[in-house]
Amino acid sequence: MDYIIDVKDLRKEFTSHSSRSGLKGAFRDLFTRNYTIKTAVNDVSLQIKKGEMVGYIGENGAGKSTTIKMLTGILTPTSGLVRVNGMNPHKDREQFVRSIGVVFGQRSQLWWDIAVQESFRLLKKVYNVPDEFYNTHMADVIKTLGIEPLLDKPVRKLSLGQRMRCELAAALIHNPPLLFLDEPTIGLDVLVKLRIREFLKEINAKYGTTILLTTHDLSDIEALCERVIMLDEGQIIYDGALRKLRENWGEGKQIQFAFAEEATHAELQSLTQGHLVLWEQGGNASNWTASVENNEDIISAVIGRVVGAKKIADLKIVEITTEEIIRNIYEEGVIRNG
Amino acid sequence: MAKYMEMIRIRFLMMLAYRTNYYSGILIYSINIGAYYFLWSAIYGDKSSIQDLSIVQMTTYIAVSWMARAFYFNNIDREIALEIKEGKVAIEMIRPYNYLGMKMMQGLGEGVFRLLFFSVPGMVIVYFIFPIQFTTHPATWIYFLISILLSFIINTQINLLTGIATFFLFNNDGLIRAKRVVIDLFSGLILPISFFPVWAQGVMDYLPFKGISYISSMIFTEGFHGNEIFHGLLNQTLWALVLFIPIQLLWTTAKRQLIVQGG
Repeated sequence: MDYIIDVKDLRKEFTSHSSRSGLKGAFRDLFTRNYTIKTAVNDVSLQIKKGEMVGYIGENGAGKSTTIKMLTGILTPTSGLVRVNGMNPHKDREQFVRSIGVVFGQRSQLWWDIAVQESFRLLKKVYNVPDEFYNTHMADVIKTLGIEPLLDKPVRKLSLGQRMRCELAAALIHNPPLLFLDEPTIGLDVLVKLRIREFLKEINAKYGTTILLTTHDLSDIEALCERVIMLDEGQIIYDGALRKLRENWGEGKQIQFAFAEEATHAELQSLTQGHLVLWEQGGNASNWTASVENNEDIISAVIGRVVGAKKIADLKIVEITTEEIIRNIYEEGVIRNG
Repeated sequence: MAKYMEMIRIRFLMMLAYRTNYYSGILIYSINIGAYYFLWSAIYGDKSSIQDLSIVQMTTYIAVSWMARAFYFNNIDREIALEIKEGKVAIEMIRPYNYLGMKMMQGLGEGVFRLLFFSVPGMVIVYFIFPIQFTTHPATWIYFLISILLSFIINTQINLLTGIATFFLFNNDGLIRAKRVVIDLFSGLILPISFFPVWAQGVMDYLPFKGISYISSMIFTEGFHGNEIFHGLLNQTLWALVLFIPIQLLWTTAKRQLIVQGG
């Protein structure tokens, strides 16, 4: 029972009013309103052990951020049990938040008008971080994230990538055992993303920091997390290893052909008759993708036949990406993973 | 405590970051004091005193109440409203401090900044331009300092109340603006309470507003004597204590039904 996050039947409902249409409707709204109850998080249960890095994914509006907000004590759940770091986030708020770090990709937690180091200094006081620990720990964080030259600049003058690195440093000032990252890499370029991922891996290895990460960029998850929790319409639809998700869903390969001349669906299908091949048209009539089973014989056979019959400008064999797997899951449902 | 002191320091830095605001503030306050001085000179004409206040006392009253306003006035209601509207309040909730306490300290940082860099130099300038009399009794100065500190507390509490109301109203610009006018008028900044009709003075006794400006200014101009000073300070202290109750109630309710706007 030494879970860092232990959540049972967590539920959050929002009541919102819907406006009636037209002028008459607007007048009626003054007196009575139509309320609708929307369930943002629907009986979610999950357990996370110390030192895990977990990816929490789902479409926009699936309830990811709402869950994170309940786990961090910002929102009060409608019902359900939440224990994070052995505490109830809402009851012992002030004590609880000392044990977590949070980064919201879309909101800044640094003070806009003052230099980054002043923000750090204030947070150090706020979290009662002792001087000697701050000096060694932060020196390390600052060096790894490469934000030394930014320290004396006001936050409003930083670029998004620079700011994000500072946000991450700010969330780690008190070296929390649990870190929540809500879309930390949104809008960042590849280099900054890589740097942030490396850094997260490092602190996970060094301090055993547990990390719960939500993102729309699946490459983040692939690089960092062994476990993913997938959410759809407020419910968990998959909770398990990312590897397993790939095995169950990612079978098969794709062969991308760029032909020298245009090709038709019927023509290609007749070429590969006898094998299970799914032809899909790419950008134009000369670009086609064949989805096949992951089997060397079949791949060779398909390529051989096509190349023998048609002139080729380019050819590529790719594995089905996690992104496509996720898309398939959302489109088809999860029942298939058995 | 260290974190609250640090917050005051940060607020100082922020005020320094926006120097234009600071300079234009001095200008606006000087214009206000000047305008009210000429208005009151016209009203007094050749009368030596109205409602027991001489023209010199009146001028001092105006100058002091505007300078005290620089100390107790702050925009934290607007800031709270903005933080709620933009969803920034979420960030505040994950920090290990009391949000309202921190806001009050920010207000204090702003107040102290303006008291030192704005009111004091401003008073010196005004002293040379208008006929103003500073009291020489050290006791009056001490009472005045206690009084404006209480003014700050009462005004900030009312600001907190207005700010928290955003949780329920979502958009309360109107309320904030109304509150500002009500405070300027009922606190005795524009017109000393003793100039109000008797029935209105009676009503004012049951409202916290006169503790914001009237009492401290009357103490400074020595319009209050003996027991009146203590009654004034007691009135302020009581209001400062009483106002904690609705704030706490409203805040507890607000936290429970907090909806963070913007995802």
